[in-house]
Amino acid sequence: MASEPIIEARAIEKSYPQPDGTRIQVVGLTDFTIEPGKIIALLGASGCGKSTLLRILSGLSLPTSGAIFWHGKPLGSESPNVAIVFQSFALFPWLTVLENVEAPLEARGVAAVERRKRALRMLDTVGLDGFETAYPKELSGGMKQRVGFARALVVEPEVLFMDEPFSALDVLTAENLRGELLELWLNKKMPANAIFIVTHNIEEAVILADRIVVLGRNPARIRSDFNVRLSHPRDRKSARFVELVDYIYKIMTEPDVEHTLPDPESTGEIVVPPGGLKKGQAPVKSSRYQILPHARVGGVAGLVELLHDRGGREDLFRLAEDLVMDVEDLLPILEACQLLGFAWLKEGDVQLSKQGAEFADADIQARKVLFRKAALEHVTILKQIDSILRRKSDHSINEEFFRDVLDEHFSEDEVQRQFETAMNWGRYAEIFDYDRESGRLVQTEVAQNEPAAEAAPVAAVPRPDEKQESTPAPKI
Amino acid sequence: MKKSITLRGFSPYRLWSQLPSIESSHLPDVIMFAAGIAIFYGVASVGRSWFGPFTPTVEISRSVWALPAYAGYSLLRITIAYALSLLFALVYGYVAAYNARAERFMVPLLDVLQSIPVLSFLPPVMLAMVALFPGRQLGLEMGTILLIFTSQVWNMTFSFYASLKGIPNEMREAATVYRFSSWQRFTQLELPSSAIGLVWNSMMSVAGGWFALMVCEMFVLGQRDFRLPGLGSYLQTAASAGDTASMFWGVATMVLLIVLLDQFIWRPVIAWAEKFKVEQVESTDAPRSWVLNLVRHSSGLAKIRQKTLRPLGERLLLYFARKHTEESSEQTAPAWREWIVRTLAVLALAGIGYGVVRVVMILSGLGQVELRETARGLGATFLRVNLALLLAALWTIPAGVAIGLNPKLARIAQPLAQIAASVPATALLPVILLVLIRLGGGMGIASIVVLLLGTQWYVLFNVIAGAMAIPTDLKECCSIFRVQGVERWKRLILPGIFPYLVTGMVTASGGAWNASIVAEYFHFKGQTYTTTGLGATIQQATDSGDFHLLLAATIMMAATVVMVNRLLWRKLFTLAETRYRLET
Repeated sequence: MASEPIIEARAIEKSYPQPDGTRIQVVGLTDFTIEPGKIIALLGASGCGKSTLLRILSGLSLPTSGAIFWHGKPLGSESPNVAIVFQSFALFPWLTVLENVEAPLEARGVAAVERRKRALRMLDTVGLDGFETAYPKELSGGMKQRVGFARALVVEPEVLFMDEPFSALDVLTAENLRGELLELWLNKKMPANAIFIVTHNIEEAVILADRIVVLGRNPARIRSDFNVRLSHPRDRKSARFVELVDYIYKIMTEPDVEHTLPDPESTGEIVVPPGGLKKGQAPVKSSRYQILPHARVGGVAGLVELLHDRGGREDLFRLAEDLVMDVEDLLPILEACQLLGFAWLKEGDVQLSKQGAEFADADIQARKVLFRKAALEHVTILKQIDSILRRKSDHSINEEFFRDVLDEHFSEDEVQRQFETAMNWGRYAEIFDYDRESGRLVQTEVAQNEPAAEAAPVAAVPRPDEKQESTPAPKI
Repeated sequence: MKKSITLRGFSPYRLWSQLPSIESSHLPDVIMFAAGIAIFYGVASVGRSWFGPFTPTVEISRSVWALPAYAGYSLLRITIAYALSLLFALVYGYVAAYNARAERFMVPLLDVLQSIPVLSFLPPVMLAMVALFPGRQLGLEMGTILLIFTSQVWNMTFSFYASLKGIPNEMREAATVYRFSSWQRFTQLELPSSAIGLVWNSMMSVAGGWFALMVCEMFVLGQRDFRLPGLGSYLQTAASAGDTASMFWGVATMVLLIVLLDQFIWRPVIAWAEKFKVEQVESTDAPRSWVLNLVRHSSGLAKIRQKTLRPLGERLLLYFARKHTEESSEQTAPAWREWIVRTLAVLALAGIGYGVVRVVMILSGLGQVELRETARGLGATFLRVNLALLLAALWTIPAGVAIGLNPKLARIAQPLAQIAASVPATALLPVILLVLIRLGGGMGIASIVVLLLGTQWYVLFNVIAGAMAIPTDLKECCSIFRVQGVERWKRLILPGIFPYLVTGMVTASGGAWNASIVAEYFHFKGQTYTTTGLGATIQQATDSGDFHLLLAATIMMAATVVMVNRLLWRKLFTLAETRYRLET
């Protein structure tokens, strides 16, 4: 890039201390630049640390190591001229629309008359004429986010940060607002030199961005970074567009496989090669402990059934589109299916496995048996719970034990989510009962009468058919 | 998501559940409890050593025409105490919320302080204040104000602290990224976020203030008779003289004053505070107030505002903004500040240590007999408080459910009950005693009646609110499956009102312990009526100047209340919050 970056992150890392003294890494070693004249989209699944990265780049939080440079000077000596549009709008409900937009100017010591003039002009730009004296709660979600934009733009920021600005809005409103934003940007009416948008919506990224960065998780690491060469306005139905979306889908769903950009001449230009590694960079270390995707049994069963209905194979992008689901919501369910050996991904398609088909055909009780088998074979924490419950004479144990196990590997929030998911799966599979009040796990009679998973014959769970290259083995 | 605070949110215990979990170490608790004792020792010993012989006596008129002036005096005391409470709440809450190190100690201390019955401070505080300003009314006034302050301040502080902690993260980030100065952050983010909590807690605090005021304005310590002109002393004087007409007028004035305050202060303020609700949709049945409408539509007031407040606010805003912009480049806390904090902490610890040692020395000097007496009193008061709670629950649950499930009845009964509840039980104390003694009932019964009067309303209101909150579909479901009678109470009503009931009982329990101090011991027409109890012990000890016994009894009471809170109410509260919560 010829132009000087506005913000440059060099070798930043972010980790949080745990109560037991260890640290959980949220953002792995990362270099990053925001250069002027571009819309940069940061894509990643939920909880992968993209919001954390945004907060570090915008100067809201400090990296644990590494440094942020603002026009080449280290941050801290200068406060950066940036603004943020928040997912929850973060408007002050007790201030009117006008007062909300004026507040940042007040903070900068702008006098009343000038302040009002600038705020009104900005409200006009975002199409909020006539709403000056309204309170945020009188407005619809889309209108509120317009106020959010006006408040951000009124300070004429060099970089406009947006943290999932459209995800709290309904589909149509989001589409409309996105279009208007792009129009302002393309017509140079936007008083910002660069836009940095965090999103989990792949299409949104492909529609808006000049550069797309895909983030992997645990910890957050750049998996792919490329410039988009499609010209505006971009047509969702065009082949190139679909190809690009498909490509990103693949990167996000099959992190271990190398993918190549389709037709790089017309679609995009690689900044960082796929796979997420610059030459000479150490490989991303995967977490030692298996991570359960945050999916409920109901979601898994629903997806398996749907796939079975459609003949066992379906294009991922089509599936998401038909279900009107974001990747954020679909990904964990897919991962759960993969983890349990019910389905696997191949070249952007989902393929139901034999076990998956069997599960889809079974009745309620039989499903539980199948699910239990799959869970005890593939899910580390459930395996551990089962074997400990077997060894205990009273067949019960306090939940704290497992929380402690999880604590060593995950952040506090993640422990809670992992635990909830494990409880949901384990209870459904009738491996144990969980009494929330006493916090005890008690082995069910069914599970007591069954032979332990380790002792079960390997043939009990048939291998998937030959066409499959590899069932994603649970990472342990 | 922050819940809006309604009637049911009155209890400080509800605030616990909103707090982020603080390190649950017992060390700060122990230290803070010790600090509470040490403070008490400090106050009390000052009172004892500076105790002057001179006592001002003011004749309290029983004329009806004296009432407006008396009401004014009382109101002034409450107002001053309230202003002090607000100031204290803002400062303490702010420091506790933003200084992580201070927070670990300040929050448990607050918890201990708010569970100590205020009135047990009455004798030592009064003695200290009178001694500080010998021969003047000022001491007495200050003592009264200080006591009202202690009855008002804790829940407000807790509320402000909890509100600060509950500010949504993204709002804070917005304030940071848009470079708000500390002043702008305070006026545009922190104060508005805590406004609703502060308003409701202010209402509750002022009610508590009346309760304390009624006792503080006039009381007898041994041969000394302390009096301040005011509503409380008026009522007591009337009762002593057996003047029924004056008593009636006194109570009527009290009720009128409370209704006026409600109409002219609280309702407008509540309606105004509506705009601080952190809700994203407009609610349909927002509270309204005709007074507020008047104020809002008055063009004269608007002009005054335009000329005074606006420019002043603007100046402050810009002043702090510019200062903030200049400051943000160099930000290093000077080392000497760190040292001052450390020195203060060491001094405070030393003070606490000295206080505890002294208290232990004094307590070890107490005789076996006295201790046994005090323990017996504790037992009696404990039984009495819980009996009153039980009685309150027995009648308020059926009545509250009946009112809550019947909207027509609710419309009539609720305002009536509110007025009845707003009269502080301590104001009625002389009246009740007079009636009961005439009827031949003793102090034992009278004290329970007073406790009941002080506690039942919290329970009633909460039960009504709980019954109203039972979802219609659950009620319909019960009708369809013909769940009736006992079964209906067991499966639907009791579980439904449980969280509300617990909230009410917690508040009632605190109130009952507080009231026990005045309910068990009473000077009337030159005679002393008394019954066995810790409250009576405290009063007796004060009367006879038995400092050691006073100290022992007060500590015992505080410890018991704190323990009951921790062991019983907080557990029930957690249960109510988790298992019996109706998810919406």
